[in-house]
Amino acid sequence: MRLSIYRYDPDKDERPYIKDYEVQLEHADRMLLDALVKVKVLDDSIAFRRSCREGVCGSDAMNINGKNGLACLTKVADLPEHVTLRPLPGLPVIRDLIVDMTQFFKQYHSIKPYVINDEPPPERERLQSPEERDHLDGLYECILCACCSTSCPSFWWNPDKFVGPAGLLQAYRFIADTRDQATAERLDNLNDPYRLFRCHTIMNCVDVCPKNLNPTKAINHIKELLVKRAV
Amino acid sequence: MALSVRKFDAIVVGAGGSGMRAALELARANLKVAVLSKVFPTRSHTVAAQGGIAAPLANSTEDNWHWHMYDTVKGSDYLGDQDAIEYMCRRAIEVVVELEHMGMPFDRLESGKIYQRPFGGHTQDYGSPKMAMRSCAAADRTGHAMLHTLYQQNVRANTQFFVEWMALDLIRDPQDGAVIGVTALEMETGEVSILQAKATVFATGGSGRIFAASTNAFINTGDGLGMAARAGIPLEDMEFFQFHPTGIQGAGILITEGVRGEGGYLLNKNGERFMERYAPNAKDLASRDVVSRAMTTEIKEGRGCGPDADHLLLKLDHLGPEVINHRLPGIREIAIRFANADPVREPIPVVPTAHYQMGGIPTKYTGQVVVPEGATSESILPSFYAVGECACVSVHGANRLGTNSLLDLVVFGKAAGEQVIKDIRSLPSPQRNLPKDAGEASRARLARLDAASSGERVADVGNDLRRTMQAHCGIFRFPEDLARGIEKVKEIAARAQRLFIQDKSKVFNTARVEALELDNLVETAMATIVSAEARKESRGAQSRADFPERDDKNWMRHTLWYKEANRLAYKPVHLKPMTVEAFQPKARTY
Repeated sequence: MRLSIYRYDPDKDERPYIKDYEVQLEHADRMLLDALVKVKVLDDSIAFRRSCREGVCGSDAMNINGKNGLACLTKVADLPEHVTLRPLPGLPVIRDLIVDMTQFFKQYHSIKPYVINDEPPPERERLQSPEERDHLDGLYECILCACCSTSCPSFWWNPDKFVGPAGLLQAYRFIADTRDQATAERLDNLNDPYRLFRCHTIMNCVDVCPKNLNPTKAINHIKELLVKRAV
Repeated sequence: MALSVRKFDAIVVGAGGSGMRAALELARANLKVAVLSKVFPTRSHTVAAQGGIAAPLANSTEDNWHWHMYDTVKGSDYLGDQDAIEYMCRRAIEVVVELEHMGMPFDRLESGKIYQRPFGGHTQDYGSPKMAMRSCAAADRTGHAMLHTLYQQNVRANTQFFVEWMALDLIRDPQDGAVIGVTALEMETGEVSILQAKATVFATGGSGRIFAASTNAFINTGDGLGMAARAGIPLEDMEFFQFHPTGIQGAGILITEGVRGEGGYLLNKNGERFMERYAPNAKDLASRDVVSRAMTTEIKEGRGCGPDADHLLLKLDHLGPEVINHRLPGIREIAIRFANADPVREPIPVVPTAHYQMGGIPTKYTGQVVVPEGATSESILPSFYAVGECACVSVHGANRLGTNSLLDLVVFGKAAGEQVIKDIRSLPSPQRNLPKDAGEASRARLARLDAASSGERVADVGNDLRRTMQAHCGIFRFPEDLARGIEKVKEIAARAQRLFIQDKSKVFNTARVEALELDNLVETAMATIVSAEARKESRGAQSRADFPERDDKNWMRHTLWYKEANRLAYKPVHLKPMTVEAFQPKARTY
């Protein structure tokens, strides 16, 4: 397998460059991450994040032949013989495939990602029907890999002002939770030409999400709630 | 040049479930806390836990903490400390309900209460054939739901995180051995600093990466264990390493026991539900050590599946797409991706796979680290705490029950937080003085790596270590294999002293991180195999061909391994619970 990988080490490189690698894969090397681990044996200076290698920790998001995805969930068999890897677009590169995710997490934090409920909690669990709980499906599973937000042109343009698909998906996750009492506050927080309304339904986020989540749908729900509130 | 020093009330090393639960307690008490993590908190390995967290809520079946306690003592093969086990089981409802109040998205019953499923070894009425539905679940993503909830609460509490900082070594007061902080590497800049604190809490997780076939993430390299061992602190019961019955064959990815909790079962090549022979009552829901041994026996005796007869099949298609899509959606996704098998139609090929380390840094139920001193076997080591998989409380003894690990994280994370607050408030003086040579050990390790112009490759040494542990210290252990394995690990340890990395950059040098991790893997592997060789009995996860029986007369005791000369010591098991009658050891059948 031939990999062309974006390389940049600010410690020694004046500018980024693409370096080519050839790796021999064995039967057990099923995923792109397996190939990358092989590359690292050849050249230990290549830097990328990885941890769970099963698509739940969200570490190894990168741009694979032009499309964002997780290396650990990308089957080698589904890729062409030649693969180009770049860091996630739109975020500052720290080194090689490692990006600075500060801005991404700042937006996530800005939506107050926690249940707000100021009533004293009961002795046992708060009750929620299975149907109410079903509303959280497709929302809570987000792994914060940033594939979606860094594929979104609106996020590229305004990463400081537009919450981005990942943050908005989570904003809706808390609005949709019957235990949360802060819907009004959350809608106020998003009722802004940039924070929410920079979403132009381009749907790159839906296209790339490795967990098959649908941020656009969640964003539309938020927009509907704002419209309903206005009339 | 002196290293820069940052001072805190408390530092927590590790941001998985137990570290973030401890941090939350500390941040809410308005202490100045630093949480260090090698990875962004939600990337910690707690995220991969699937099946559930134990608590006797009795939402579906009758249940109480006494039954849970009995199951945990029996599951531990009577090596667990009964006071700590009582403590954990009595606090289970409280901590799980708290998680729910924090917003954790548990599945629900028609009653609106938390959904609970059966799990291996969890029974009603002190081991009756009736299983208890005790595992509180968020589909098959319970760890993910819990870890994100805890992170979210820490965001709310303004906890200060040091993300992508790797702790390197402990700093101890030469006077009385108290822990006064750690050295840590900031990966982005390559700078090493000293983080000093009145309390240091280790929540560094397990060491599953000492085995070649492991369910564990790349980051599970036993860092806290290595740091403790190098600082002269013993490691307890390291011979007990759990092999999970259902890792995907070849890939190692975990398939939750919740599959069997929902009604799935294992088949051999004859289509036989073989667990009926090994555990007539609990069958596929026997304890993990029992199921893993049964599977290994099936394979050894030629009843494995596939062209190489090297795996077994986990059947769940009879549950129907409704149950699979609703209760086990993550499993379906994983099986399709990593085993090319859609469980709605076909079984998943599985093998027992290294999963969880029962041993760790010796602590009591408050999270305080305890070490032998003079005539006492458990004297509190000042200002040092350990929680989660890196700690040995010991609630899991020789074998952990499924769903007790997530419970362990939150019960003892919270308990350690409470203890730290108490201890800090009673401290007379603010900070101890750092020893003159503080940070020297870490600096020497880094300098050696920077200076090396040739030597051993990290990947080669690491792979040899993992292969050696897999071959010599697996599910069934043989005396000659263990003895030869120790020699091999010693050779590997010597090679690990001569590591060479090409990458000399300061910026996000992951080659350097992997080399530093290897030191910790070596310490952990050594502790595991040396402790295993010395224990001349079979108990829980340790199964020796030459001593097939449990030997309570000679071995009802905890192992303590010291790095210095591989010295071993032993200490008694706490057989007396806090308030209830002790459970007397008896033959363990399921």
